[in-house]
Amino acid sequence: MALLEATGISKRFGGIEALSELSLFVDAGDAVGLVGPNGAGKTTLFNCLLGLLRPDTGRVIFDGRDLGGMPIHRRARFGIGRTFQRMELFTEMTGREHLLVAERARRRDGALWKDLLNRGGPSADEIGRVDATLDLLGITDVADLPVEALSMGHGRLVELGRALMTEPKLLLLDEPSSGLDRTESLALSGVLARVQDERTTAILLVEHDLDMVLRSVSRLYVLDFGVLIADGPTAQVMADAGVRRAYLGQAV
Amino acid sequence: MSRFITFAVFGLSYGCVYSLAATGLVLTFRTSGVFNMAFGAQAYGSAAVYYAAVKESHWNRWAGLLLAVVVVGPLLGFALDRVLFRHIRTAPQVVKLITALGLLVGIPSVAQFFFGTDNKPNPPDAFWSSHTFYRFLGSRIDGNQLSIIVTAVAVVVALGLFLRFTSIGLQMRAVVESPRMVQLAGINADRVGTTAWVLSGLIAGLAGVLLAPTHTALVDRDFTLLLVAAMAAAAFGRLISLPLTLLGGLAVGVGQEVLAGYLPLNSVWAKGLRPSFPFLVLVGLLLFLPGLRQRRDTTDPLAACDPPTPALAASHGDPRLRRINRVTALVGIPAIVFLPMLAYHHTWLNVMTLGVVFSTIMLSITALTGLSGQISLCQFSLAGVGAFTAGQLATRYDLSVLWGILIGAAVAAAVGALISLPALRLGGVYLALATLAFALMADNFLFPLHWVGGGQSGVQIPKPVGFSGEWAFFFLSVVVLAICGGIVVLVRKGTTGQYLAALRGSETAAATIGISPARAKFTVFAVSAGIAGAGGALYGSSVTSVNSDQFNFFLSLAFMVLVLTTGVRTVEGAVNAGIAFAVIPFLLDKYASNFNVLVFALFAYGSLTYAKHPEGIVEFQKRRSLAAITRWLDRKQVAPT
Ligand SMILES: Nc1ncnc2c1ncn2[C@@H]1O[C@H](COP(=O)(O)OP(=O)(O)OP(=O)(O)O)[C@@H](O)[C@H]1O
Ligand SMILES: [Mg+2]
Repeated sequence: MALLEATGISKRFGGIEALSELSLFVDAGDAVGLVGPNGAGKTTLFNCLLGLLRPDTGRVIFDGRDLGGMPIHRRARFGIGRTFQRMELFTEMTGREHLLVAERARRRDGALWKDLLNRGGPSADEIGRVDATLDLLGITDVADLPVEALSMGHGRLVELGRALMTEPKLLLLDEPSSGLDRTESLALSGVLARVQDERTTAILLVEHDLDMVLRSVSRLYVLDFGVLIADGPTAQVMADAGVRRAYLGQAV
Repeated sequence: MSRFITFAVFGLSYGCVYSLAATGLVLTFRTSGVFNMAFGAQAYGSAAVYYAAVKESHWNRWAGLLLAVVVVGPLLGFALDRVLFRHIRTAPQVVKLITALGLLVGIPSVAQFFFGTDNKPNPPDAFWSSHTFYRFLGSRIDGNQLSIIVTAVAVVVALGLFLRFTSIGLQMRAVVESPRMVQLAGINADRVGTTAWVLSGLIAGLAGVLLAPTHTALVDRDFTLLLVAAMAAAAFGRLISLPLTLLGGLAVGVGQEVLAGYLPLNSVWAKGLRPSFPFLVLVGLLLFLPGLRQRRDTTDPLAACDPPTPALAASHGDPRLRRINRVTALVGIPAIVFLPMLAYHHTWLNVMTLGVVFSTIMLSITALTGLSGQISLCQFSLAGVGAFTAGQLATRYDLSVLWGILIGAAVAAAVGALISLPALRLGGVYLALATLAFALMADNFLFPLHWVGGGQSGVQIPKPVGFSGEWAFFFLSVVVLAICGGIVVLVRKGTTGQYLAALRGSETAAATIGISPARAKFTVFAVSAGIAGAGGALYGSSVTSVNSDQFNFFLSLAFMVLVLTTGVRTVEGAVNAGIAFAVIPFLLDKYASNFNVLVFALFAYGSLTYAKHPEGIVEFQKRRSLAAITRWLDRKQVAPT
């Protein structure tokens, strides 16, 4: 049984059919890519999977549970993490605080009475785990700057770290390498590979940088105007003539 | 049946005014994104001008109408747009709301400064005389009701034609979707906004002069009721649809009069429920109408262009500054508190005690708005819940007020938690509306009940044993303030505060790491209500007797505005606001008593600075002076070398 199984997802915005009858699955521990031209509906699909948008039709099954109608935070607690294409950082917080609050949210032991007894601060264990993740991502030295002061690349890593702290079974990454230079994006691939090995996290990766996709995933979906036009092992999909035409705009 | 028709026709005229007002609200909301809380105040302004012209200066009625409706109304709308609202079109909802609230508090105050605070009986009719009667749908209506119905129909028809057939009307309909998008498409959103505000000002003027003669005297509070009824109608139209809005207005008016007609005359129900009806409708709509959720922020593709709010001054921490700050606090605060005692003796101590008590109530706003960014317009009503609880416990069970403060806080927290339920579903401007609705209902219905507010005579709240001396009570107040301040600081530092900080930064992202927005907001609302309740009980004890008039909803608005302008993110801001709220009226009363009515205008003026300095004006000045001191210190260090 697949970890994530979405069947027949459709979503309309007024006259635009952003997704039509789309089905896909991701197995536990797998790394899957989702590519397609601008406006293909990739972000919309993420939003539907996570509950930011309610799909018009279709079902999302995650880890054996039907997620229909479930609010975002409960889906997150079941183990779906995500980063955003348009970064959604917590303004006025440092990178470290981002990770700490995510760690606390995962543990869910933030009762009000503990705050009132001044026991709401991070425990040694929490601090240790956050340090480890900062280290993994290589952002320890910028962790105490407010996120407004971070470069785009570091901001994206903070977002990734925040998602990782919740120990997701599935990580939805929306264009994590946009705004990164080549070395940064290579480093990001390295981090993703380690995350996948060490934590057996499944990844669904939306990405325009095909090199990054080829480096990171083993299976690929291609989306165009809300319709899946190809799927299969990466190499095979990349060789597909229809895909090259629709997505890469290459003459065949 | 004929009785029903009579009531319904009677209600129809109210309904028409409500519809008119609601149209004005929707118009400006759609074009500038501002939910114009000041609409009722604008209407009152025009009505006051009309009253002064016709009743006091004996102008010709038509000349008065021309001045009040055609000149003052639109001019006020124009000015509001030019001076304020056009500059905050893309600002966060809170900024817009607070600016409008400031006007709601300030405009009547300015009007009273010019036209006097005296009772203004028998407001003049607008068109037809209310002493002549006409037959309408088989019922008798008076001339003023006829004026209302005719005007409303005329305005609606004219507006419909305007929106449909003029190019600026079409543009107005486009701006709604996304002001930023429209501007990209080359439409001048400023021009569209100005037109909407002028039109809405005209409508406010009309509504004002038409509504005034339906009451026996011209009182600004009646116009707040108009605002709530209009809000209910606008919510019914989901703040978008004009036809539904019109229908909603009529329904509220008719429903209100029919209900009032069938309830026994002069019973508590008839007296309380009738003015509460629009609020009940509003709350019902907020709770049950599907599709009221605001998705604007997430769907407007350009919403991310807004600049982030600047950080708190304290976080710019420089250890030298912190030391200076501490020393000034240790020396300065006692100086401010105690030096004037040389001049005013006991009076000053009482003023200071009151200031400390107000600070406690205002801390509840720091807890709520400062931590979660939510706006509540019923904090002083929650204080009232605390005060009446303490009072009833003291009079009936002879319980010490020290217990009263605790239990009052608990009851207020429970009530607050209940009120916050719509916030869990809605948020933003709708939470403001729901809390305002509660404040008004408490004011009109809940607090006048005998078992709550003790009726006419009010409730006695003795000083707790051992704290009856002025100094003892002052220190008790300081201790309560310190405890509540400690709670705010601890919550802010703790998990709840971190969750709320995350939610403020990005609600979506916070939810994707498993934070439940609803639960965090619920918690902070309850904490905040509890602090308000404790402050209220303390307030009751400091004045020794409270009645329903003292917990006027208006004060909730003034408090909110005041705290937001002094600085909502820090405990200090609340203390500044509380002391100011006690000291400024005292000083004005002593030295400039004819400016006393301008107290609220003064506070309202503060709210207008909020758009520029969302961190609060005191906070802003502090940061500025801190920066200056840092520069000075740096220079001094550099100089010797
Ligand atoms: N909230 C919304 N309201 C209206 N239309 C929307 C909304 N969100 C997305 N769309 C439309 O749905 C379509 C799919 O958009 P989506 O953002 O999912 O594309 P995408 O594949 O993520 O593109 P990109 O690669 O540029 O990020 C687009 O035509 C877009 O304009
Ligand atoms: Mg996208």
